[in-house]
Amino acid sequence: MAPFARRISLSAEIKKTPLHGIHVEEGGRMVPFAGWEMPVQYSGVLDEHTAVRTRAGMFDVSHMGEVEVRGPGALDYLQHVTSNDVSRLTPGRVQYSALTTPKGTFVDDLLVYRMFEGDYLLVINAANTPKDLAWLRTHAQGFDVRVEDVSDRYFQIAVQGPRAQEILQPLTPAVLPGIKYYAFERSKVAGVPALVSRTGYTGEDGFEIYGPWSEAEAIWRALREAGKPAGMIPAGLGARDTLRLEAKMALYGNDIDDTTTVYEADLGWIVKLEKGEFLGRAPLALQKAEGTARKLVGFETEGRAVARHGHPVLVEGVPSGSVTSGSFSPTLKKNIGLAYLPPGAAEPGTRFEVEIRGRRERAVVVPTPFYKRSR
Amino acid sequence: MFPDDRRYTKEHEWVLVSGGAAKIGITDFAQGELGDIVFVELPAVGKSVAQGDVLGTIESVKAVSEVYAPVSGTVTAVNALLAEKPETINSDPHGAGWICALSVATPSELDALMDAGAYAALTGR
Repeated sequence: MAPFARRISLSAEIKKTPLHGIHVEEGGRMVPFAGWEMPVQYSGVLDEHTAVRTRAGMFDVSHMGEVEVRGPGALDYLQHVTSNDVSRLTPGRVQYSALTTPKGTFVDDLLVYRMFEGDYLLVINAANTPKDLAWLRTHAQGFDVRVEDVSDRYFQIAVQGPRAQEILQPLTPAVLPGIKYYAFERSKVAGVPALVSRTGYTGEDGFEIYGPWSEAEAIWRALREAGKPAGMIPAGLGARDTLRLEAKMALYGNDIDDTTTVYEADLGWIVKLEKGEFLGRAPLALQKAEGTARKLVGFETEGRAVARHGHPVLVEGVPSGSVTSGSFSPTLKKNIGLAYLPPGAAEPGTRFEVEIRGRRERAVVVPTPFYKRSR
Repeated sequence: MFPDDRRYTKEHEWVLVSGGAAKIGITDFAQGELGDIVFVELPAVGKSVAQGDVLGTIESVKAVSEVYAPVSGTVTAVNALLAEKPETINSDPHGAGWICALSVATPSELDALMDAGAYAALTGR
């Protein structure tokens, strides 16, 4: 075995969410992640993964960054810096989008919440928060808008799984069946003002709850108790990763970054060229017309060895990039992964190879998402 | 916590010697760090290894890790159960989850390995 990473980082910079004490109490294995000390697992990745697919799991995702964008110019500004069409976003709705570079690649992927007229909340990746803020402020020049980092004001707890709604409902006056997918309501949870959003990063039904940092523990404990009869358990970053991969949800830094365009990432549905000018529109319009040189696809490997991030990919024996994400799929009981392949090799059924520890393993492109919940 | 009938490496393997044969596995600490194990790549019987060579690979859902030979020798047997039930390493790392057996080439190599107490101290248990 290789020596294992230190459990406790010596860096004074490592941050703790307001639920840190609870994770330790729950037996969470704490690891450094994106500058935060986070639970990678409690009872085990397979157990937590299965709980989310069949019952429910609860995640602390308070490390995510939150940014308020307010002012008369907020809509025009967000239209300029993101690829999706913010004008289509009505109050109470959420939009998945990309913060794009002038090349049409990702500064980050994000959620845009429309609170009121001229009042939006952006939810961004923890590791990217300082970079995104600098980017957002630079590009705010010329717009009548105020950009404010409120990351340390909001906790975020995700309750995910087929039984999420029945667990959360008794704790909130919000009528949950009335909240559609990618919609939210400002309400209360366990008596505390909170934003209840029907979103998630698992491929299951579920909610993400945002509330004041100081109330995180009280809400966690209330949810934890309410979830026990339904078999809900706490779940960590390990299960979050296998769940999102089965649902083919991109992970920034693995599958997408500032070298991959939104079309290459197969996320063309969040590019709205017809909305008018935005950062990266010209190269994206060109890619839409001419096609991309590569596309992010899902694959399965035939052997037992697991393809991992960074393993080389070969198409007809020719090196063609590398695996961006790979894991054993607890739901499918197969080894799955994502990789950028040339357009000629991106069709389901296409065979190629992944080099795993020096050995070439057979892989085949498959339709994605790997897992889709039945509704 | 760790059985005192065997020796341990700082890479978290254990080696249990009886006669000239050594049974090898990974420790309870190591399986806990790896989490759910889904695949074990076993060495070929007859393969000769020097101390510190890669004997095999363990894949968990989270990560991949190599198993190093605690001592030099020749592989005389592998735990075939692991091909079908790799999770045996999680449930019984010091017993049924053994990985392979070696005929020991250089018995003095064993002396430099840790005893259970020293290994427990290394892991902080």
